[in-house]
Amino acid sequence: MKEPILQAKGLKKFFPLDSPIPFKKSSDSVRAVDDVSFELYPGETLGVVGESGCGKSTVARLATRLIQPTEGTVYLEGQNLMTMNEEQLRVARRDIQMVFQNPYASLDPRKTIEQLISEPLVIHKIGDKRSRRKRVHELLEVVGLQSHHANRHPHEFSGGQRQRINIARALALNPKVVICDESVSALDVSVQAQVINLLKELQKEFQLTYMFISHDLNVVRYMCDRILVMYLGEVVEVGTYKDIYERPEHPYTKALLSAIPRENPEEEKERIILTGNVPSPIHPPSGCYFHERCPFAMDICKTKAPEMVTVSDSHEAACHLINKGDSEHVI
Amino acid sequence: MGDEHLLEVNNLKVHFRSGKKTVRAVDGISFKLGKKENLGIVGESGSGKSVTATALMRLIPSPPGKIADGEIIFEGENILKYSNRKMRDIRGNEISMIFQDPTTSLNPVYTVGNQLLEAIQTHQQLSKKDAQEKAVEMLELVGIPEARRRLKMYPHEFSGGMRQRVMIAIALSCNPKLLIADEPTTALDVTVQAQILELMKKLQDEIDTSIIMITHDLGVVWELCDNVLVMYAGHMVESGPVQSLHSNPLHPYTWGLLDSQITSETESDELLRTVPGAPPNLMTELPGCPFADRCVYAQDICREKKPEMLEVEENHFVACHFQTEDSRLERRGGDHS
Repeated sequence: MKEPILQAKGLKKFFPLDSPIPFKKSSDSVRAVDDVSFELYPGETLGVVGESGCGKSTVARLATRLIQPTEGTVYLEGQNLMTMNEEQLRVARRDIQMVFQNPYASLDPRKTIEQLISEPLVIHKIGDKRSRRKRVHELLEVVGLQSHHANRHPHEFSGGQRQRINIARALALNPKVVICDESVSALDVSVQAQVINLLKELQKEFQLTYMFISHDLNVVRYMCDRILVMYLGEVVEVGTYKDIYERPEHPYTKALLSAIPRENPEEEKERIILTGNVPSPIHPPSGCYFHERCPFAMDICKTKAPEMVTVSDSHEAACHLINKGDSEHVI
Repeated sequence: MGDEHLLEVNNLKVHFRSGKKTVRAVDGISFKLGKKENLGIVGESGSGKSVTATALMRLIPSPPGKIADGEIIFEGENILKYSNRKMRDIRGNEISMIFQDPTTSLNPVYTVGNQLLEAIQTHQQLSKKDAQEKAVEMLELVGIPEARRRLKMYPHEFSGGMRQRVMIAIALSCNPKLLIADEPTTALDVTVQAQILELMKKLQDEIDTSIIMITHDLGVVWELCDNVLVMYAGHMVESGPVQSLHSNPLHPYTWGLLDSQITSETESDELLRTVPGAPPNLMTELPGCPFADRCVYAQDICREKKPEMLEVEENHFVACHFQTEDSRLERRGGDHS
């Protein structure tokens, strides 16, 4: 097995809540990410899926140490990101870049495209003005824009073009890992297809490793080699895209998949409509976090949190039903 | 003829002034909607979907906007001729609307109950107590637990899906004959989207509403709609029953739209088909087909003459010069991207 390029171990992030009593520290906190571990292997695309509020984006921010975890470590090529000082971290971040969700909010409207794309080069003191300009033009062409766009401002571009600019900026430092946090979610389908094609081409050309966060399950299936399914700050299932889409084990994964809208007017879908809401991450339910909404919940689910069970070499899931070994719950 | 349809839109044009220029956001839309029928309007951003919806409610901000031409015939009467006063009686009562963003469409400084009661009391002569009861009933109908307590809560205390349910409750509180839903599930998770669509279907059975569903997600159209209208750059390019549009799409733009969807059959190693280019600038009046610049089949005639909507199959209309019996475009299997 190859060495992982990025490895997260036992990541936790609790955001403390304000106490109702002034000056008193609150004991409550939002358990946004609760013990998440994963490996990212060179050249692969790891998808992260789950409903909003399940901690997908927090995981992305922790993986780049944009926020400090409450517990846990992240290793980038064997180096511990969490123990680095600011300078070391800055150097390490050359290898790990992010593309954010909202193409309208992630570009400073007062800067030109050249300033935006060359900013990482300036921060890392790479090259002189002329060589930076050359690099910006190169990058613009790589992402399918033209070099004369360099002097324009973000408002002159459409959503899809802005996302291309964001991608160019993320690529400026030749990173090894790119984290795409809902990078195509805000785009129209036809534009989305263009940006997805671009991401795939770039991956081949520059041997990039992607962590691809999305709530669109069809996009994730198409883009990703392996998929992490999250629920309420925990990983409930992980496997190759075939494991997840063809042989899902966790009832939550099954419910997610069944919620994908139908693909043609005739298709009749067997739906597992989840009732209720995602429970509060401040006081998560006892036992399995999913038991209140799970159509197959048993008594044990209310009291005991399930462990990750290995289903196959590439496939793990955290559900008591797997241990039972029966197939009653299979839909 | 007009009597059997709930809504009939004829040659609707909505223009916006921008400086000295005119943006033709909607340029000649016509459709009919029967009772209890669901129509999907699809197209990319800027194609005029939302402007069409807003025009149906007569909520186009004016100036700069203006309904430049056309008729909107609702239950046999042209609502464009109505006075503002009369329109206010219809809006939110007989025609109501759900907007895309549940986080911004509720007023944060009023309780949910307050906003629900406002809708009910504006249009129905009910005592405060009866209105309150009606509000509780509506929240229960849309599946909000502990409705009575929830009435006293503020929008920020609700999740996105719950807020959208509140919006639906408000929109349906006066049993509208027509519900216009402008991307009601776009901002929501798939699981919540499935819940909301299921809810809309259920409620439709209960209160006999016709729905106009505006979306860019064809999956949502397949779920809910009977007919679909494809818009491009303010024009209609194709319309018809969902089955026939799905199995036999006729317009090259519709092909592009269907092709760029990722489905469970899309293999990870195949390149997605896309429609190259960008939509035309709506400030210039186009002499020809609005899609001509991006269409791989475009001929001289496409740039010179606007295609009319032609009925090619039963109820299935398309605006393309090459869709008549003798010059039918065959969908090419291969490399049109």
